[in-house]
Amino acid sequence: MILDVLGRVLSTNGLITAFVFVGALVWVSYLISNKLTRGHVHGSAIAIALGLVVAWYGGLATGGSRGIADLPLLAGVGIMGGAMFRDFAIVATAFGADLKTLKKAGLVGAMSIFIGVLLSFVVGAVVAVLFGYTDPVDVTTIGAGAATYIVGPVTGTALGASSDIIALSVAAGLTKSVLVMIGTPFIAPRIGLNNPHSALIYGGLMGTTSGVAGGLAATDPKLVPYGAMTATFYTGVGCLLSPSVLYLGVRVLL
Amino acid sequence: MIYGVALLSFCMLTGMFVGDLLGEVMGVQANVGGVGIAMIMLLLLSNFDSKELTLNPITEKGIGFWSAMYIPIVVAMAARQNVAGALSSGWMAIVAGVVAVIASFAMIPVLARFGQGGQDDS
Repeated sequence: MILDVLGRVLSTNGLITAFVFVGALVWVSYLISNKLTRGHVHGSAIAIALGLVVAWYGGLATGGSRGIADLPLLAGVGIMGGAMFRDFAIVATAFGADLKTLKKAGLVGAMSIFIGVLLSFVVGAVVAVLFGYTDPVDVTTIGAGAATYIVGPVTGTALGASSDIIALSVAAGLTKSVLVMIGTPFIAPRIGLNNPHSALIYGGLMGTTSGVAGGLAATDPKLVPYGAMTATFYTGVGCLLSPSVLYLGVRVLL
Repeated sequence: MIYGVALLSFCMLTGMFVGDLLGEVMGVQANVGGVGIAMIMLLLLSNFDSKELTLNPITEKGIGFWSAMYIPIVVAMAARQNVAGALSSGWMAIVAGVVAVIASFAMIPVLARFGQGGQDDS
């Protein structure tokens, strides 16, 4: 009976349950960071990695597509980690960010968005061709998916791609976003990702808002507003270019 | 405190609105830079150094709270990703994603140098 009541309380107050769950996850992560790695691996990096592991478990256990949020008890995690709160918190990080850096890096930041979309698209398209896809619509959709997991389906739908190709493009984008979250703190020192200027470029090149948000949080939270700023334009640019110019380019080449 | 949260919300909604409008105008089914526009609005507001319009500390706390909630929210975001889906989708999607990330990482130093060259061409 106690368990029934507990379960009911936890699931009717889903968002609050999520606060407790995430709080505990972060606490454990900082404990691991301090005791096991002596602070070498940042606590938030571990927390994000643990989050992904938990999401993987959730997907295996339920067969759903929303990670641990598919467990009824933890559905609130889906709200807390959904696009609404994510974007809200990202906007809040802009408060107190340096306006001058933004102005100075404006041009190269904008350039990085276009280069980033093009680069990921070409890489994705080439991989698709190497794996034996020859239909321009399929190749374009998979290339678009390598940009972000939103650009992929938007492009695929616009071009009339089949649903399994669209699913593949989403998977390519998801792989990218997960890898950016995990990989950024490790690669950051090598690529000079330690100042607002390179963070702007990083956001533009990577483009996956979740990946950039997670990657920078785990590297240096102070850089978040700069990277997020450019990343947020990436999906729009990708949705603009992929079904139009880039699709035509693929058609000419294939 | 609610003023800060309301201000933040107002910036976000305005940004999203403009971003969606931009998307409609460009004919794409996506929000174009809504969050970025909201961030620029908030930035301009917080860099506003006039006597008539300074935010009081409690208002700032309302914004600061959400800024501090950023990492927990990102952790929750990680916990709701379709990781199992990405891992079970076959090699092609994984290879495409991985190579795209490696190529993009490699471009960062190149572009960063390019951007800084203008300022200190010593």
